[in-house]
Amino acid sequence: MRDTFVRTLVALAKENKEIEVVTGDLGFGVLKPFWEQCPDQFTNAGIAEQNMTALAAGMALSGKTVFTYSIGNFPTLRCLEQIRNDCAYHHANVKIVCIGGGFAYGPLGMSHQATEDLAVLRALPDVVVMAPADLSEAEECTKALARHKGTAYLRLGRGGEKRIHTAIENFQIGKAIRVHNGERVAIFSAGAIFDEVTAAYETLTEQGFRPAVYTFPTIKPIDRETIETVSRRFELVVTVEEHNVVGGFGGAVAEVMAEMREKKARLLRLGIEDQYGCAVGSQAYLRRQYGIDRDTIVRKILAAV
Amino acid sequence: MKWNSEQLAWLIRRHAVEMTHLSGGSHIGAILSVADIVAVLYADVMHYRPEEPDWQERDRFILSKGHAGASIYAALAEVGFFPTEELKTHYQDGSRLSGHVSHYLPGVDLSTGSLGHGLSVACGMAYAAKKDGDTSHRVFVVLGDGECDEGAVWEAALFANHFRLNNLVAVVDHNHMQSLDFNENTLELEDLGAKWRAFGWNVLEINGNDHEALHAAFARVEAERDDTRKPTVIIAHTVKGYGVSFMQNDILWHYRFPHDGWEYDGAVAELHRQKPSGVTDPYTPHGVPAPVRPEVGDDPNDDHTFSRTWHPRYPEPMRRVEAAVGSCEAVHPAAEEKA
Repeated sequence: MRDTFVRTLVALAKENKEIEVVTGDLGFGVLKPFWEQCPDQFTNAGIAEQNMTALAAGMALSGKTVFTYSIGNFPTLRCLEQIRNDCAYHHANVKIVCIGGGFAYGPLGMSHQATEDLAVLRALPDVVVMAPADLSEAEECTKALARHKGTAYLRLGRGGEKRIHTAIENFQIGKAIRVHNGERVAIFSAGAIFDEVTAAYETLTEQGFRPAVYTFPTIKPIDRETIETVSRRFELVVTVEEHNVVGGFGGAVAEVMAEMREKKARLLRLGIEDQYGCAVGSQAYLRRQYGIDRDTIVRKILAAV
Repeated sequence: MKWNSEQLAWLIRRHAVEMTHLSGGSHIGAILSVADIVAVLYADVMHYRPEEPDWQERDRFILSKGHAGASIYAALAEVGFFPTEELKTHYQDGSRLSGHVSHYLPGVDLSTGSLGHGLSVACGMAYAAKKDGDTSHRVFVVLGDGECDEGAVWEAALFANHFRLNNLVAVVDHNHMQSLDFNENTLELEDLGAKWRAFGWNVLEINGNDHEALHAAFARVEAERDDTRKPTVIIAHTVKGYGVSFMQNDILWHYRFPHDGWEYDGAVAELHRQKPSGVTDPYTPHGVPAPVRPEVGDDPNDDHTFSRTWHPRYPEPMRRVEAAVGSCEAVHPAAEEKA
C-alpha cells in the first residue's frame, strides 16, 4: 500500500511542482522513488515530528501542498497540537501520511501500533480522515487528497495488501463504496482490515449467508447517507476496524445510527476492545489475538444474527 | 508610516495598559517587555501593506509568544490594519481580539498561544520562499525565553541551520522571567546565546528595550544577509514589565491586570512621564492629573506570587537568582552583563 501511495504521489508531483514530501527520517527504500524522481520536492526534516508538522504548515501557508510522512503514531500523536493549531486551524494544505495503521508493525511493539489514530484525528475539526482498504483505494485516496484543499490524514497499511477492488468508479472523499450487495447483514470496513473482511465474507457466503459489504475509505466526513440507507434496510450493521473500538470508525457509524429516528438495524462494532497491544507477533497473529481476524469476525457476526 | 518606533512603542504600552485594564486580561508584563521589539519591527524594519494584508511580498511575522498578543494588536491597529477603536474589544464577547494572537485579524500570519510552534512555522515559510527562489521577503518570529524550554524550539533551530535559512530572523524576548519565576530558577537557560550559537545560528545579543540597539541589530542582519548562510537570532535582553516601575521584574504582573485605583492610575501616570512628543493618549489625553496613590498595605509586591519565592520551600540548590523582596530592581545579572 505504501508503494502504491509513493508511486501515485510521484506521478502527481511531476505534474504539480507545488507538491512537497517532508519525512520524519523514515521511508528507507519506500520513499526512494520519490526522492530520486522529485528531488527538489523532497525534504528530510529529521527525527522531529513536531517541527516537521509545523514546518509543513508554514510551507502550506506559502502555497505548497505538503505531505508529511512517518510511521505509526509519530506523524499524529507526537505532534497532535501542531496538526490542530498550525495545520487544521489555518486550513493549511497539509496531508499527514501514516504508514502502518493498526498492527502493521506488530512485532515492533506497542509504541509502533497506531490503534487510536482515527479517533483522535477524527475529533479535530477541518481534518479529513481517510483509511484506504486496498491498493486501489490507496491510489484513489492519494489522488483525491492531492486535489483537496485543507488538512487531511491518510492512514495506510504497510505492505502486502491486495488489490481487491477491480475498479472504483467516481471515487469521492466522503463516499462509501459498495463491494457486494446482500441481505440481512451489512459489513462496513475501514482501512486495511478489509483483507480480513473479504475473507470473512467468503466464509459467510460458503455458509449460505449473503452479507452486503461496504468500504469506507473516508472516516471523516462519514458517509451519513449510506449508513442511513443501509440501517433502514438491513437487520445488522457490523463495523470492522483495526483500531480501538472506542471513538474510531465504529464510533462514527454509531453516532449516525444513534441519531436516526427510524431504523431497522442493530449495530455491532468490531475492533480492539479498548486495550493496548502488548502481545508480540505478526499483524495476522495480533489480529487473531485481539479479535479482528476472519474467524472472529465470522463468529461474532453469526452470534449476533 | 506615521509613527517613529519610540512613538509606536509608547502607544503599544498605553493601549496594552488600557486593554488589560478593561478586559482583566493577563500578560501585561510580557507585553511591556516585547513592546520595543514589535515597535521597531513595525515602524522601521518590516515591509507590509495595511491596505493589502495578503500582499505576496510582505515580510512574514509570527509572534510565537502568543500571550503578548495585545502588543501586536496595538501595533497592527496603529499602523492601519484596523481601527484602534477595536482594541477596546480585547477579550470581549464577539471580539476578534483573543488573548492569544489570532489570524482572523488582518495582518496576522499565524495564530499562536501554545508555545514552541512559531519558529517551526516560520521555518516552513522561509524554507518555501527559498525553494521558490523568492527573495522578496523575510520571515520574522519573536519567541519568549521561557518558550525556549519547549523542545520543539530546538527541533526548529536544528532545521533552520541545516537548511541555511538566512531569510529567517528570530528574536528572543529575553526578559529573564517566565510563568512562575525567573528562567534560571525554573530551568537553567544560560548561556542562551551560546546555545543558539552551538545550534549554528548567528547570534546578536542586545538590550531589547533600547531602540538604537534594536535598529542597529536589524540593520546588521539585513546588511550581512547575503554574506551569511545562517539564520540569525537576536537575543534581546529586556525587562519584564518595562515602562511601569512597579510591574518591572515582578512575576505578579505576568498575570495581574492593572485594577481600578492606584494600579491603573499609577501605570498611566508613569507612561505619561515618558510620553514622546507627537503622540496623543487616546484614552486619557491629559494623563491622570490626580492619580490614586497606593496606601500602606497596598504593596503590589506583597503577594504570594512574588518573584523571589513562588514556593516558600523552594529547594536552595535550584535557586539561581536572588531578587530583593519588594525592590522592583531584580534585573537579572546576565541581563546587566550582556546589555
